[in-house]
Amino acid sequence: MTQKILAAHAGLKAVKAGDLIEANLDLVLGNDVTVPPAIDVFYRTGATRVFDRDRIVMVPSHFAPNKDIKSAEHCKKMRLFAAAQAITHYYEQGSKGMGIEHVIVPENGLVLPGYCMIGADSHTCTDGALGAFATGVGSTDLGCAMATGQTWFKVPQAIRINLTGELRPHVAGKDLILYIIAKIGVDGALYRSMEYGGPGIAQLSMNDRLTICNMAIEAGGKNGIFPVDQVTLDYIREHAPQAYAEHRYQIFTADPDAEYVQTLDIDLAEVPLMVARPYLPENGADVRQVAASDPAAIQQVVIGSCTNGRYEDFKVAAELLRGRQVAEGVRCFIIPGSQAVYLRCLRDGLLADFVDAGCVVGPPTCGPCIGGHMGVLASEERCVSTTNRNFVGRMGSPESQTFLAGVPVACASAVMGRIASPDELPALVKA
Amino acid sequence: MSENLVQPSQTQANCLLSGKLYCYGDNVDTDVIIPARYLNTTDPAELARHCMEDLDADFAATVKPGDFIVAGQNFGSGSSREHAPVAIKASGIALVIAASFSRIFFRNAINMGLPILECPEAAAGIRPGDNLKVNLTEGWIENLSQHTRYQAAPFPEFIRRLMAADGLVGYVRGKYSFGPAEEAKA
Repeated sequence: MTQKILAAHAGLKAVKAGDLIEANLDLVLGNDVTVPPAIDVFYRTGATRVFDRDRIVMVPSHFAPNKDIKSAEHCKKMRLFAAAQAITHYYEQGSKGMGIEHVIVPENGLVLPGYCMIGADSHTCTDGALGAFATGVGSTDLGCAMATGQTWFKVPQAIRINLTGELRPHVAGKDLILYIIAKIGVDGALYRSMEYGGPGIAQLSMNDRLTICNMAIEAGGKNGIFPVDQVTLDYIREHAPQAYAEHRYQIFTADPDAEYVQTLDIDLAEVPLMVARPYLPENGADVRQVAASDPAAIQQVVIGSCTNGRYEDFKVAAELLRGRQVAEGVRCFIIPGSQAVYLRCLRDGLLADFVDAGCVVGPPTCGPCIGGHMGVLASEERCVSTTNRNFVGRMGSPESQTFLAGVPVACASAVMGRIASPDELPALVKA
Repeated sequence: MSENLVQPSQTQANCLLSGKLYCYGDNVDTDVIIPARYLNTTDPAELARHCMEDLDADFAATVKPGDFIVAGQNFGSGSSREHAPVAIKASGIALVIAASFSRIFFRNAINMGLPILECPEAAAGIRPGDNLKVNLTEGWIENLSQHTRYQAAPFPEFIRRLMAADGLVGYVRGKYSFGPAEEAKA
């Protein structure tokens, strides 16, 4: 699938793994950390106007709401550039459609099946969930792409991940991707495309698919990609109604005899609730195992991020936290991934459930996931987080520890004050 | 952000690297190369002051121009932050040799002009204190201390064109002309 999308965007009949190609881009994405240096690169190319003001997305999401003067200057530099270039998809803090970039790109209908897109953020691979080719790049790539609308790619080899069976209760996309990374390692998909297929995918919601593709980079992957099916079409009908009506998307399918360097067969029923111990996302294991071997207290829980910051994630969280209390000694941060997610959670009463349970509810931001602001860890502190990386110092002090998990494990851990499975939660007494 | 840095074309010829070797293991991620808490700046010198801070607290204080890094698999994994190769380059590191690189780090290094070589044999064989002679264009590394020679996979022709153009910006400047027509279109 990836190879077909790349060939189509390079104006070639076919490409093969290892080819170096120059491809046209449908969408180019950046944030308040990566756009400021890209602006300097843009002008150094000699360009004065961006290639297409409708195909560039800019979001102040990382250190916004501005955490200090330097971050404020970065946001200002991006804001002024976006205004000068009349960038259509610049999302100011608080504006409708604003949020964490990888939450809002699909939510606002900016990515469509068949797109070829880059973003100066490693989690750009999230958008492969819609049957697009999406990959992360650096600021030089972004600056040049803003000028030319093109970039260079090495055509990746593909790994096929064949899914069958059904997920067990509470188990979701996050557990599946942590399970896959535990199997193949943090460089198991290095330079490769992770292509999903098989009868098991039909039951995976778009939320699950976005989470799964989001963490392709955590296996070293160039991109993750799902085939386009009814779930995809229903999603774009809702989020990009005009593009859907005008059929402005393209469905690419993998050939039956497509070449894969590796095939993984996974029965979804074998996937447990997962926790990845510090300091690599590949250190994943069954939550029961981790809970039994590591009963020490935790001090923080984060629910949100580009990995698990969509409405469905908070719906699950509210069902588990409603009527319960965050344990003493634990700070639980709830961070809706976009203004739209925030508003829906507010209107549906979910935010009240969270505040009642003793959580802090914050605005859409990448803040705590990168140890930037709004929930930075001190030394010796331990955090269960629905984010994507548990590297040394990722969420704060290099002496802190982050355990990656899905939403149900994060909620159970918040209530129990230690790493816990939702099965351990005491039953609620009906009033 | 790579202004004032040595461009790759200046380092492509044979060069003798006798600087200090900084030796690291597998999966050196961009969060330890330059922690996100310092990404509120793009100043190469300031980034260099915090380079490797969470992995090797002595690095920034001891590194000198011409020193080099040798590491294992998947160097530069994680975040796409170009601040990572910028910090390494601004710290004076002349070359990074690794068994493999994460793909975003690889393209960032090529694009902004941090010399890198992918060579598992060299990554496994080189020891602290070894003196190296390197030819980046041909991709060989001679270990003068151990009297051995390693051959890195040569860069494909397209990558060599990028490097010869001083990175992606130079390549784009040569390939595209952004005339008044562009402005009129916008």
